[in-house]
Amino acid sequence: MPDIQLEVNGRDYEIKDIAPDTPLLWAIRDHVGLVGTKFGCGGGFCGACTVHLDGNPVRSCSVLATSAVGKKVTTIEGIAVDDTVLHPLQEAWIEHDVPQCGYCQAGQIMSAAALLSKNSNPSDSDIDDAMSGNLCRCATYIRIRRAIRTAAAKISGNTSRTGGNV
Amino acid sequence: MNQIPTQDIIEEMENTRPGILDLRVVDRRTFLKLTGVTSTGLVLGFTIRDAASPVFAAADNEFTANEFVRIATDGNIYLYSKNPEIGQGIKTAVPMIIAEELDADWSDVIVEQAPINEEVYGRQSAGGSRSLTTAWDQVRKAGAAARAMLVSAAAKEWGVPESECRTEASSVFHDASNRKAAYARLALKAAEEPLPDLDALVLKKRSEYKLLGKRITGVDNHKVVTGQPLFGVDAVIPGMRYASYLKCPAAGGRVKSANLDEIKALHGVEDAFVIEGNNEPTELMPGVAIVANSTWAAISAKNKLKVEWDESQATKASWTEAQKNARDIAKNKSGDVLYDIGNIDGKFAEAEKSYEAFYEYPFLSHAPLEPQNCTAWVHDGKAELWAPTQRPEQGGNSVAGILGIDKKNVEVHQLRVGGGFGRRLMNDYMCEAAAISAQAGVPVKLQWTREDDMAHDFYRVGGFHALKGAIDKEGKLSAWHDHFITFMGSNKKPVTGGDMRNSEFPIDFFPDTRITQTMLPLRVPTGPWRSPRSCGIAFAVQSFISELAEEAGRDHVEFLLDMLGEPRWLEQGNIDAMNTGRAARVIKLAAEKAGWGKPMPKGRGLGMAFHFSHAGHFAEVADISVDENKKLTIHKITVAGDVGPIINLSGAENQSQGAVIDALSTTLGLQLSIENGRIQETNFHQYPILRMNKAPDVAVHFIESDYRPTGLGEPALPPAAPAICNAIYAASGIRVRDLPLSKHGFSV
Ligand code: FES
Ligand code: FES
Repeated sequence: MPDIQLEVNGRDYEIKDIAPDTPLLWAIRDHVGLVGTKFGCGGGFCGACTVHLDGNPVRSCSVLATSAVGKKVTTIEGIAVDDTVLHPLQEAWIEHDVPQCGYCQAGQIMSAAALLSKNSNPSDSDIDDAMSGNLCRCATYIRIRRAIRTAAAKISGNTSRTGGNV
Repeated sequence: MNQIPTQDIIEEMENTRPGILDLRVVDRRTFLKLTGVTSTGLVLGFTIRDAASPVFAAADNEFTANEFVRIATDGNIYLYSKNPEIGQGIKTAVPMIIAEELDADWSDVIVEQAPINEEVYGRQSAGGSRSLTTAWDQVRKAGAAARAMLVSAAAKEWGVPESECRTEASSVFHDASNRKAAYARLALKAAEEPLPDLDALVLKKRSEYKLLGKRITGVDNHKVVTGQPLFGVDAVIPGMRYASYLKCPAAGGRVKSANLDEIKALHGVEDAFVIEGNNEPTELMPGVAIVANSTWAAISAKNKLKVEWDESQATKASWTEAQKNARDIAKNKSGDVLYDIGNIDGKFAEAEKSYEAFYEYPFLSHAPLEPQNCTAWVHDGKAELWAPTQRPEQGGNSVAGILGIDKKNVEVHQLRVGGGFGRRLMNDYMCEAAAISAQAGVPVKLQWTREDDMAHDFYRVGGFHALKGAIDKEGKLSAWHDHFITFMGSNKKPVTGGDMRNSEFPIDFFPDTRITQTMLPLRVPTGPWRSPRSCGIAFAVQSFISELAEEAGRDHVEFLLDMLGEPRWLEQGNIDAMNTGRAARVIKLAAEKAGWGKPMPKGRGLGMAFHFSHAGHFAEVADISVDENKKLTIHKITVAGDVGPIINLSGAENQSQGAVIDALSTTLGLQLSIENGRIQETNFHQYPILRMNKAPDVAVHFIESDYRPTGLGEPALPPAAPAICNAIYAASGIRVRDLPLSKHGFSV
């Protein structure tokens, strides 16, 4: 079984003796030890496991860990500007009190972050397109939409905030 | 397979009426010594039962103290949340109540999850929308008692009467001498004050609230949005291994043989074995356990398992067959009488008109987004569990039973729950994790897959209603008959969630009512699903009332208000019962806010429904357009609710919107097919929960009454399905009497 090296949130992790069919999700959760990325369905249906691979949103349950070698993996733990300044989406999520159980929210924020990094002024249908791969069983959709709008306004109104990892 | 033994427990849980709690304070000297936190400030400990025995376990860590309130000298105010957080917002709402009575500045508050110990905290489960209402008096007194001690300490220091002091924002004030002392500074002195008489404490009136009723963001939101460990699945303990568990897809099947040797040879697999179990679906059903060095190794080995099942005792249930039987019975039988009030035969005989219709709804899964899981470490006659459960204490008791150890030797750590909806009132995953850890001799995290979760749920039971109503000369409803066809457990009673109670509309207020019941056999594990009973019954009953109004040539809202009659409590002395006045007020408010009665364009209609459940009064109006291809546009759903005073407006609105969209999702497209005892749907592609692009606008209005506050996890859900179906009828003339809507070609 191979040893691989993964770059997650700008840090390198050595993973020894990993089964080649291991999904990126489980490499991140069990081997890297970052548990913000969630397991919901294992089949690409729910989006709870969404991370960025070179800036693009992927369902980490449906991507092999080996295929992330040499790419930049970003997880929910890696999108804040720094320890004290959150990503505008994270701030907006708190401001609008989006979560109920909260289980889907890391995946929701990662999908939204990928959207805003490419389009800081999304229309309703842009938001729908970017977000409809993410289920929220508690149905917090109304607030997710509102929080994305708030964050988008903040980002387009203050471009310095789009630095960092946005 | 035995019948699921949870009926009584759930009933008991839901029937618990909030009473005056016998709050007594533990001897503080003992308490302080045991908790070891004397130096950090004021600590209050309450116990509900036995004040004489020291119920607090010794702790050398300040966070394990068993209290509601701890005020530290550094200014932090620690409040302890005793119930599981399952997304209902209790971890924010209950500490807000304590903080209100304490007059703590919310920005000084740090909320901690309380340890699980029902002897200390009283009820610690999350179900039946009961957490808030049962904690109400208990935690208000906890806050008020702490406040009283701080006031005494300040008054003494200043040599002024207590009555001249007031509190605000974590400080005591003496306005006459312009003095102020922060709680942090008073904490050590307050700890020396005698405990006040809890029954003599004066609690705030609603008009005095500063914090309650405001919008407060969830106390764990920062952790949620930054991905910090919180949930059951996030547990990691030293030496932990990873486990999976495969059970027979038809409940009751046993393991005949399995390719264990092949499995044990797989990369990463450390052990594989058969567990016989105790054949109780809520505890430990037979299966094959795999222990591995990673979650993926455990899951992928499970996918390679080849098990031969002995299905001689397994369920062979078929939903298509059950539907056929129920439809035949509805035509040919009238059922056993459950309730017979007034004189319905006479009323039907003299009726101007009588009208009947047959309604049905399917089995459902809970499908919380976090698949079941539990981390367990069983060793030396002890068990320690880290679980995302709705009933931690009960889970610990089941584990003790499974392992044959004293329940004192089982410790349960409550972790955040990634969605409950009633599924995690059952603790099968806790029993499985404990059994696997016991046999493997290592700490394990058991992880179910989505497929396991869909195959081994305690489903929302389907049901059937043959409804009949009589309309008198004035166009009023004069008699009501519901022949309810449901399913029977092995105890000869209806299965959990499949019973009819007199709290269901309109049984306990309508003068001429008969409810009959027929029970069919169907061996499928069932359980409480968000608003048990009402989640299905409301669809049938409240849709039918709209049909009756139409038959009578009356406006639905007027017809409904006529049915309710004079404003009154339906059960004297029980403020959790329906009140027809509260019902009428929410119906009128929903109608007014939605513009009931305004002219609508062709193809668009408003549909109304009311339902009372879980002590909450809710009326909802759906505004829907239907095009010629049966595509729905849901313009808006308007909600009016009365659950007493609102604790956290943000949480209350979120719960109500979530419940309505949950109901829409279910009404549109969710159903389970059951054949040969197996649930056919395996994952979300076959169980299409509504996505964001289809989520409508939901406007929520509360009537804040002075009654005791009651929970919001459930009661906003039941009226939504009938409101939607009534709106579809108003828009298109198509009446839907069985769900989901997708069966009839409707889509969004
Ligand atoms: S867990 Fe990856 S999409 Fe659901
Ligand atoms: S908040 Fe519970 S699944 Fe989204």
